[in-house]
Amino acid sequence: MSGLILTHARFQLIETSRTPIAIIGSAIWPAASMLAFVVPYAGDDPHFATYATASMLTFAVMSTNLFQYGVGVADDRVQPWDPYVRTLAAGALPRFAGRLLAGLALMAVALLPVVLISAFLTAATLSPFRFLLAILTTALIAIPFILMGLAIGYSLPPKAAVVVAQVLFLPLAFGGGLMTAPGWAPGFVDTVAPYLPTGGSVRLMWAAVGEYPFSPTAVVSLLTWTIALAGVALWAYRRDEGRRFS
Amino acid sequence: MILARAVDVSRHYGDTVALDHVSLDIAAGEIVGLLGPNGAGKSTLISLLTGVRKPSSGQVELLGADPRRPESRRHLGVTPQETGLPGTLRVGEVVDFVRAHYPDPLPRAELLSRFGISDLVRRQTGGLSGGQKRRVAVALAFAGRPKIVFLDEPTTGLDVEARRALWDGIRQFHAEGGTIVLTSHYLEEIEALARRAVVIGGGRVLVDDTVDAVRGLVAVRRVSLTSAVPLPALDGVTATDREGDRWHLLSPDADQLVRDLVTAGVTFTDLEIRPASLEEAFLRLLEEPCPA
Repeated sequence: MSGLILTHARFQLIETSRTPIAIIGSAIWPAASMLAFVVPYAGDDPHFATYATASMLTFAVMSTNLFQYGVGVADDRVQPWDPYVRTLAAGALPRFAGRLLAGLALMAVALLPVVLISAFLTAATLSPFRFLLAILTTALIAIPFILMGLAIGYSLPPKAAVVVAQVLFLPLAFGGGLMTAPGWAPGFVDTVAPYLPTGGSVRLMWAAVGEYPFSPTAVVSLLTWTIALAGVALWAYRRDEGRRFS
Repeated sequence: MILARAVDVSRHYGDTVALDHVSLDIAAGEIVGLLGPNGAGKSTLISLLTGVRKPSSGQVELLGADPRRPESRRHLGVTPQETGLPGTLRVGEVVDFVRAHYPDPLPRAELLSRFGISDLVRRQTGGLSGGQKRRVAVALAFAGRPKIVFLDEPTTGLDVEARRALWDGIRQFHAEGGTIVLTSHYLEEIEALARRAVVIGGGRVLVDDTVDAVRGLVAVRRVSLTSAVPLPALDGVTATDREGDRWHLLSPDADQLVRDLVTAGVTFTDLEIRPASLEEAFLRLLEEPCPA
């Protein structure tokens, strides 16, 4: 089984790496936001710069995964290669897990510039222990967004998937408090945020990189989202039969 | 032993009925040709037997189990459509990806040489010609030493030489005990490979017989002629089509039809006789209530 997971992950990685612009594209956007918003406005304050970097990473994790999986999977499903892969002796698990591994690897590439900018161009600092903790947290919070992407990708045609990803993306970012420093968000955002996957994620990230209090509510909410989104993604995958008459 | 089976299977897409109570058994060691006009339900039947889709009602089995379960597909080989190969991957990478799904796959070099594509191993599939893609696609079906193989239009778009080479590969697999289900638009291809032919039309099995018997059923001539006066009723004519003064008649016995026309004193010009296409023959079968 683990062999098949790696097989599917390798397949995804090779395919993506043959169109490097896709990787560069997903790396440019978070890096540009760092340069445009974080470096000039919060760059000199170690406290704010560190939190802002954590928020920006969460934002990048959400957007890359939502689009990479939501749109990527919806696109793959209309290719004639997909019904063929369905005839191979691999169920949902190796295909999902393979995509997951490949996605994490690509995400690491996309996030690297954010971390480098933060380290060299801002006053943000992090102890080695906290740095490791942040890496681990980043991988963990990616899972619900990957599943959200898969749920969209397996239940919608490509054009609809693009729209849904775009519609979800801003409210999730704003409602989760990714646009503001901890405690500075409007009141209703602070109330709603812990119950959104973005809010739960960014709270975990803040707790990983700084003195932000660890919030059990956010963890429970994030876990619930993860399980629910896994359920939807699996349901959509099982229900999916590819194109009609193909 | 039955390797693949459909029992009273129907499949709907919304209001469209693609398969209508179809039953079919494929026994080990058979080569079965699936024939039928486009949209007849061939592809749907194959997608049910290979686990891509679920039947709306009825039951399908592959190697004694539900084809929707991945374990049931460990000894199944299928051809992707040649347009479906992932364009940025190299042939060798695609072959390895497929081989990894089987417990005892053919070694890569052996598979490639068996289908004459060893020199393509480093090429990206997107850059291959149509014929090369087709050969790669067919080779993939055999990568896992399958017990049963489904080949959908395996030689469409191949030149004569490549087609013969592919037929040899299929015959070799059969000689080693393999079971093959193949669809084709060419009766010639079914004749060259299969003993049994199943004709599907309108979502039903119209004929399930030997290839010889099916050839007899579809051996229809198309007789065209120009006549200003309406034609009398003629024996053996199974379909009549009129464009102005031009008449097209389908009949299994063109010679008798022409004699009858002459005897009936019809003044006709521009007589033309040619074999009907498979498509025309199938449409004729569809119009008959129950030919089998």
